[in-house]
Amino acid sequence: MTAGTTDTLSADGPSNRSSAEAASSKTTASSSGPSGGMAWLYVSPLVLVLVPFFIAPIFVVLVASFLEHDGFGGMLPHFTLANYAGVFSADLTWRLYLSTVKFAALTWAGTLVLGFWIAYFLVFHVRNQLLAIGLFLLCTVPFWTSNIIRMISWIPLLGKNGLVNSILLSTGVIHQPLEFLLFSDFAVVVAYVHQLTIFMIVPIFNAMSRIDKRTVEAALDAGASRLEIMRYIVVPLSKNGIALGSIFVLSIVMGDFFVVKVMSGGGSASIVSALFEDIAVLQYPPAAANAVILLIVVVTMIALILRTVDVRKEIAR
Amino acid sequence: MSATSPLTVTAARRVRRRVVDGAEPRRPWTFWVLATLFAGYVLALYGPMLCIYVLSFQDIRGGLVFPMKGLSVHWFIDLFTQVRTGDVKGGFERSIVLAIVVTILTVVGSFLAGLAFRQRFKGDGVVFYLMIGSLVAPGLVLGIGVGLLFQYFGLEASWFTSALGAHLSWTLPFGVLVMFAVMSRFDRAWEEAARDLGATRWQIIWLVVVPILAPGLLAVALFGFTLSYDEFSRTLQTSGPLNTLPLEIWAMTLNVTSPSLYALGTVTTLASFLIIGICLGGIVWIQKRRATRISVH
Repeated sequence: MTAGTTDTLSADGPSNRSSAEAASSKTTASSSGPSGGMAWLYVSPLVLVLVPFFIAPIFVVLVASFLEHDGFGGMLPHFTLANYAGVFSADLTWRLYLSTVKFAALTWAGTLVLGFWIAYFLVFHVRNQLLAIGLFLLCTVPFWTSNIIRMISWIPLLGKNGLVNSILLSTGVIHQPLEFLLFSDFAVVVAYVHQLTIFMIVPIFNAMSRIDKRTVEAALDAGASRLEIMRYIVVPLSKNGIALGSIFVLSIVMGDFFVVKVMSGGGSASIVSALFEDIAVLQYPPAAANAVILLIVVVTMIALILRTVDVRKEIAR
Repeated sequence: MSATSPLTVTAARRVRRRVVDGAEPRRPWTFWVLATLFAGYVLALYGPMLCIYVLSFQDIRGGLVFPMKGLSVHWFIDLFTQVRTGDVKGGFERSIVLAIVVTILTVVGSFLAGLAFRQRFKGDGVVFYLMIGSLVAPGLVLGIGVGLLFQYFGLEASWFTSALGAHLSWTLPFGVLVMFAVMSRFDRAWEEAARDLGATRWQIIWLVVVPILAPGLLAVALFGFTLSYDEFSRTLQTSGPLNTLPLEIWAMTLNVTSPSLYALGTVTTLASFLIIGICLGGIVWIQKRRATRISVH
C-alpha cells in the first residue's frame, strides 16, 4: 500500500508544481510586461510585412475573381459572377479537387504513420538522450536543403532504367521494368512523404519529449499493458503535436503544384497546377476565382484542426 | 488492499523482475521493428541525394541513371559556362543576396514580435491568426496577388522588391513560431534584475535578452536563410525578369536532361550544408563558451 501512495504522490507532484509555476508566470507577465502600445511597436515589423504581402494580395485576388476579362490578359472593371459559375460548372474542377484531396489524404496518412513511429522510437526507445537528439538532428538536416533537388534525386532511383528496376531485374524478381515507379501518382506520393515527414516528426517528437516518464512507469506498475500505455497515455498526450504536423502537411500539399507536375510527368494535376496553367495564358480572373475557393477550402480545413489544439500555447509551452 | 487483485500481483511481479534484471531490461521486439523503420527512413532520406551527388561527377558520356560513366567535373564546368542551362551563376548570386537580406529582416522582425507576444495585448489574436494564415496560404496564390498588386500600382516586379516581400510573408511567421519556442525557455527574472540595476529598456534588450537568446536567434537565421534560398512557389510570379536559383532549377528540370542538373544539385546542397554548418557550429560554440565561463566563475 505504501508503494501505491508514494506513486500517487510523485505523480501528483510535478503537475501541482507546473500549475503553480504557470500561475506565478502569469502574474509576473501581467505586472511587469510592457504596455499594449509597446507590444504593438515590437510587432509592427511583422504587421508591416503581413499587410502589403498577405492581406493586400489576398484582397487583390478576391477582387480579380469578380472581374470580367478580355481573354488577352486584360481585366475589365465590371462585376461578374461568371468566373465562379465557370469554376463550379466545370467537371475539371471536381476532378482536380478529388485528385488533390487524394494526394493530401495519402500523404497525410504516410507522414503520420512514419512521423509518429519515428518520434516514438527516438523518445521512448533510444535510451541515451544525446544519441536521441543526434538522430533527431540527422532527420532534420535534409529539411534545410533544396526541396526541388531532393525531389529530382528520385529520378536515378525510380526511373525505367533506374536503380530499383535494375536491382529487381538482376535478382529476377521481375522480368519487365516496373513503369509505375516514376512519373506516376505513386512517385508523387513518395516525393511528398519524403519531403514532409519531417513536419510530423518535429512537433510529435516535441510533444512526446514532454511526457513525464514517471507517468508511463506508474502505468506499468499498475499493470497496464504496453498497448494500453500507447492508447491511454502516449497517443492522447501527442495529439497536439499530431495536429500541428497535420496543419503543415495538409496546407503544403493543398498548395503544391511543383511536385505533382514533375513527379507525375504531367499525367496528374492538382488545383494549383491548373491555376498555374491559367496564369500562363494570362487568364487571371478565372484563376483568381479558383484561388479564392481553394483558400476557403484550406482555411476551413486548418480551422477545423485548430479547434482541437491551441497552437499558440502548444508552441510556447 | 485487503483483497489481492490479479492486477497488483502482475504489478508486483513486474517490479520484482525489473529489480532482478537491473537497470537495463531486455529490449522488446518492437524496438527492433522501429529501429529498422528508422534506419529505412534515414536511408530513404539520404540515399537518393547521395545518388545524384555521385552521378554529377560523371564525364561527358554521363547519363541520368546508373551505372556511372567515367569520373570528372565536366558537368560542373558545363553548368557555369553553357548558355543553354540558363543563367545559373546569376541565379545563384541573386538567391544568396536575397536570402541574406531575408535572414537579417527575419531575425530582427521575429525577435521583436517574439518580445511582443510574451504577453497578451489588444489585437494579439488577430495578428497571430494573420500570421498562421500567411503561413498556410498557397504560395502561388499569394504570388499571383503580389504580382497583380504591383501591376496595379504600376511598379515593376523584381527579385529584390516583390519577391523579397513575398519571401518575408513566409519566413517571418515561421521565424516568429520558432521564437515562441525559444522565448518559452527565457526566464524573465534576468530582465527584471537588469531593470532593478537601472538598465534602460534598450540596454535590457541589447545587453541581456539578445545575448541570452543568441542560440535561438541563430536557429531563426537558419530557418530564414534556407526557407528563402529554396523558396519556389512564392517567387514564381514575383521575381520579375531575373530568376532566382530555384526558378533556374525548375526551368532546368523541364528542359535539361544531362547530369548538369545533378551538378547543380550538388552545388546548391554544398551551399546549404555550409549554412547549416555555420549556424549549428555557432550555436554549439556559444553554448560551449557559456559552459566554460560558468565553470571558471
